[in-house]
Amino acid sequence: MNIIKLVWNYLKAKPLNTALNIVLLSLGIAVIIVLLLFNKQLEEKISENARGIDLVVGAKGSPLQLILCNIFHIDFPTGNINLKEAERIAKNRLVKNAIPLALGDSYESYRIIGTDQRYADLYKVEVEHGSWFTEELEVVLGANVAALTKLTLNDEFASAHGLTGGHAHDEHNFVVKGILKRSNTVLDNLILTSVESVWHVHDLHTEEDHHDHERDSSFIASPLVPSIAAGDSTKEITSMLLQYRSPMAAIQLPRIVNGQSSLQAASPAFETARLFSILGVGVDILMAFAYVLIFISALSIFIALYNSLKERRYDLAIMRSMGATRLKLVVTILSEGVLLTLLGSVIGLLLGHGVVAIMTAFVAETQKAGISGLVFYTEEWIILAGSLLLGVLCALIPAWQAYRTDISKVLAGN
Amino acid sequence: MVTVKNLSFSYGNQEGIRFPDFSINKSEHCLLLGESGSGKTTLLHILGGLLRGYSGSVEVAGTELASLSETALDRFRGKHMGFVFQRNHLISALTVEKNLIMAPYLAELPVNHTQAEEVLKSLGIAEKKNSKVTELSQGQAQRVAIARAVLNNPPVILADEPTSALDDKSCAQVIDLLIQQANAHQATLLVATHDQRLKDKIGKQISLNG
Repeated sequence: MNIIKLVWNYLKAKPLNTALNIVLLSLGIAVIIVLLLFNKQLEEKISENARGIDLVVGAKGSPLQLILCNIFHIDFPTGNINLKEAERIAKNRLVKNAIPLALGDSYESYRIIGTDQRYADLYKVEVEHGSWFTEELEVVLGANVAALTKLTLNDEFASAHGLTGGHAHDEHNFVVKGILKRSNTVLDNLILTSVESVWHVHDLHTEEDHHDHERDSSFIASPLVPSIAAGDSTKEITSMLLQYRSPMAAIQLPRIVNGQSSLQAASPAFETARLFSILGVGVDILMAFAYVLIFISALSIFIALYNSLKERRYDLAIMRSMGATRLKLVVTILSEGVLLTLLGSVIGLLLGHGVVAIMTAFVAETQKAGISGLVFYTEEWIILAGSLLLGVLCALIPAWQAYRTDISKVLAGN
Repeated sequence: MVTVKNLSFSYGNQEGIRFPDFSINKSEHCLLLGESGSGKTTLLHILGGLLRGYSGSVEVAGTELASLSETALDRFRGKHMGFVFQRNHLISALTVEKNLIMAPYLAELPVNHTQAEEVLKSLGIAEKKNSKVTELSQGQAQRVAIARAVLNNPPVILADEPTSALDDKSCAQVIDLLIQQANAHQATLLVATHDQRLKDKIGKQISLNG
C-alpha cells in the first residue's frame, strides 16, 4: 500500500466520474497537441522550402498565389512572363542568382518543373541514383515521386497537360535519368527537367532548337536558359527565383520589378508571414476551444474532489485515527488531483499524436506536406508540467479542508 | 497503561465536563458507562488523542498526551492505539485486506500480509479478504474494524459503542472477539458504551453519570 495505490483505489471506486474527468482533459490536450504538431511542422516546412529564395518574379496577379505556386507548388501559376523581360531583371547587378521555372505539365499529379540544376542546389539536394539530365526530355524524379509512381531509371512516361491531369502529350515521352535524395522539401514531390523540355513538349518553336545549336559568332547565351540566345522575345517562362547580392536589393529590386507592367515580385518571407497570420485566426479559435475544454475539465476535477471530500470526511478522520498525519492527507488529496490530470494529459498526448499519425496515414495532402505524428516537441513537456500544476490547483482547496478537519467532531457526529 | 487525573473539557463556551480520576493497568479491560451526552465519546477521544485542549493530565503508555505536537500525536496514535467505532468506519473504496493494510501503512510500520490474514482468520472472516467492504454485513464489517484495530499490536484498544448497532447475537460475538483479541495481543481494552448487554462482560467499570 502506498499513496499512489490508495489514490488509484479511490479513483477506481468512481469509474464514471474518473473517466469523465480524464476524457475532458485529454480531449483538450489532444486538440492542443494536434494544433501544435500541424502548426510547428508546417512552419518548419515552409521556412525550409522558402530558404535561400529572396524574391519570386512572375506574372501579375496575387503575390500569395505566386509564392504558393512557385515555391510550394500547390497553387496554379499566375501566368507566364516573357523570357526577355525576365532576363533584364536577372542581369541586374543586385541579383546574385536567378533560377528560371517553367511549369505546365504533370505526371500523375506530380508537377514537372522546367529549370536547371541550380534549383536543386538551392535545397542542397543531390542525385542519389543515376545522373542529372543533359538532353531534352530527360528528367530527374523527386524521392516521393519515385517511391509512389514506381518509376525507375530509364523508364519512359508521357506527361499530361496541366498541373492536375489533362490531355496527354503522348507524342513526347520523358525518360527518367536520375532520382533525387530525400530531403523533406518540396523537391521530393517534383519532377525536374530542363526548361527546353517543357518548351519542346508544348511544341513551341521546335524548329528554332535546331537553329540554336548552330551558334554563330554573334550568339550571346541567355543568362536564364543558356541554350538559346539572349533577348529572345518569343520564349516564355512561368517565373524566376532570385537571390539578392546585397541587403540593398530587398529595397530596390521589388520596386524595379513591379515597375514593369507585366511583372510582379513577391517576397516569400513576407507572403508566408501573411499566410500564417490568416491561418492564425483559425488556429487561435481552435486553441481557445481547447483551453475552454481544459478549463471545464479543471472545474470538473475540482468539483469531483470537493464532493468526494465531503463523502470522505469519515475516511480521512479514520485515517488520522490510524496515525496518518495531516500532511499525509494533504499529500493524498493533492496526489489524487495530480494523478487525474497526469492520466488526462498523457492520454491526451497519445491521442493527439495518434490522430496526426492516422491523418498522415490516410490523407495524401498531409503526407505530401511531410507532416508526421511521431515528432515530439519540447512544448509537450510544458503541457505535461502545466497539467500537473492544474491538478495541484484543483486539489488545493479540498486538501486545505482535509488539513483543517476536526477529526473528533467528524467521528463523534455520527 | 492509562492514567487520568483532574481531567475536564469544555466545548467552546459551554459548561465543562469533569471526569473522574482513574487508572487502568496493562492488559486490564475497562468499561466506560454512561448515558448519551455524559461525555463517554469525549473522554474516549481525549484518551485517543483525537481531541485536544483539555485541562488536567492524561497519560497513555507512559506518555503525557498534551506534551506531544499534533504530528507527534498522530504518529503516537498510530503506533499505540487501535480504534473501533460504533459504525465501523471502513474505507469503502478499498477491499477488506487493503483496509487492514492501511493500519500499518499509515502508522509507518512494516506491512505484514500473513499477519493480516491470520487476524482475519482468527475473527472468522478470512474468506472475505478480497471482498469490497460495501458487501459486508454489519457484524462482518465490525469484525474487520476489530481486525484493523489490533493489527498493529497496539497496547491500547479504544472502542466507542462497538455493539450498540448490533443485534444480541452479533453483540455477544463482537464483544467476545474484542476481549479475545485484546487478550491475544496483551492490550488494554477500553469500551465506552451505554449498552447494558456488556455490563457482565467486563468487570472493571467507570460510570460517568453524575
